[in-house]
Amino acid sequence: MNDHTNKQFDAEMEAIRSGVLAMGGIVERQLRRAIGALQTDDDDGRFAAVTADEAAINRLQVSIDQQCAEIIARRQPAAVDLRMVLTVSKIVNDLERAGDEGKKIAYKAVETRSEPLTRVRHYDAARALDDAASMLRNALDAFARLDAPAAADTVARDAEIDAAFASILRQLVSYMMEDPRTITPALEIVFVAKSIERIGDHAKNIAEAVVQVVMGTDVRHASLDEIRAEVARR
Amino acid sequence: MPTSMPFADVHLPAESDVPPHDAASRSAVPKITIRNLDFFYGGFQALTHVGLDIAEHEVTAFIGPSGCGKSTLLRTLNRMYSLYPGQRATGEVRLNGVNVLDAATDLNLLRAKVGMVFQKPTPFPMTIYENIAFGVRLYERLSTRGMDERVEWALAKAAMWNEVKDKLQQSGMALSGGQQQRLCIARAIAVRPEVLLLDEPTSALDPISTAHIEELISELKVDYTIAMVTHNMQQAARVSDRTAYMYLGELVEFGPTDRIFLNPARKETEDYITGRFG
Repeated sequence: MNDHTNKQFDAEMEAIRSGVLAMGGIVERQLRRAIGALQTDDDDGRFAAVTADEAAINRLQVSIDQQCAEIIARRQPAAVDLRMVLTVSKIVNDLERAGDEGKKIAYKAVETRSEPLTRVRHYDAARALDDAASMLRNALDAFARLDAPAAADTVARDAEIDAAFASILRQLVSYMMEDPRTITPALEIVFVAKSIERIGDHAKNIAEAVVQVVMGTDVRHASLDEIRAEVARR
Repeated sequence: MPTSMPFADVHLPAESDVPPHDAASRSAVPKITIRNLDFFYGGFQALTHVGLDIAEHEVTAFIGPSGCGKSTLLRTLNRMYSLYPGQRATGEVRLNGVNVLDAATDLNLLRAKVGMVFQKPTPFPMTIYENIAFGVRLYERLSTRGMDERVEWALAKAAMWNEVKDKLQQSGMALSGGQQQRLCIARAIAVRPEVLLLDEPTSALDPISTAHIEELISELKVDYTIAMVTHNMQQAARVSDRTAYMYLGELVEFGPTDRIFLNPARKETEDYITGRFG
């Protein structure tokens, strides 16, 4: 892509782009902490760090959205620039919510870790969350490189996360049928698993937004095959 | 406080009534068809193999950098260039199916059908009334009453009747720039043309006058076919239905305005409309 004749415009577009990547980095850090909370017992200031990053994520969301509004007001962006600004505004929402889910998982993991059942089952959740976090990283990589085929591959990974969610659910149902005393802790794990599934959805939304920036086509309700066909077009 | 359901009075379309969003799906009847159009200023070729359809009751905008040929193209549509020796066009410009480039074309009749408004307001040094009536008298013989009605109709169409109805005998030159330009548009539509050509109609006007003219363009397209040249890309985006991007005398891309400004097919178009040009 050539530079804009007006270099200040280039700088403003670069600012929202790198803002998304910085925000994505913090959300990833948040998810790593959630994984740590599921895997270990030691707290070592995790709560405080999660709370601080949550605030940083929220500030970035508001600030990047504001920058997008300013670019629209001052530059009247068109074509690929307009698609980029609109997309960044969507991506920061997905990132903020993915960060929120990470925070919820970390809190839940700490609250429920004394239960024998959750100790065992958190192992599966940690693995699924690791997959979801790596999917989010793929989506952000695809955004950084404006790589539509990589974005399509990321969309495909959502099925893995959904399968992991279904599998965790099935196991929990077996526990609950066997011993009603496990129902309360099992429900807590359901919430954790649901949060992980949502993180996968947010990563998928981001990947679909990347396809829209690059190809100019809205693929939010398209099938994976349709998305793959679309990104093969160019 | 309403006691009924909050959305009880909102008409919800049936699922099948919600159309897919497709900006390009409008079908349009071509009013002017241009094919293989070449244009020469003496030995210099200013247009090369231009071909496109200008649809009836739509606004078609021509954009592109200075010297790309967009004004030249507009000037072929009513043979304005025939006023100058050494300028010639070859190819086809069919208005209602008839090639206006044919030597046999009656230029006076053509220009009555295809009116033009220029960048700088060009009111005649006459009263507001006479500015309108002058052109009409060239083509039609109207009674005093008929002419009064025509002048009022044209000024009302140009959205300025209320502003000038009490000063029709004042000079057109005394109006503000925006009013002068609307007077020129009124003068163009007074002879009831089929096509209106606008060559940068607002580039000399302030934002409020510009907004009046743009509003007027949207209203006029109901009755007329409009082709406009503009340097202001946002203006093309605001008022046109289709946009043509031209560069170095060639038509680079032509399509529905929504698509051109959201997702142009050609990289050259994208570079130009996003300000990555040169």
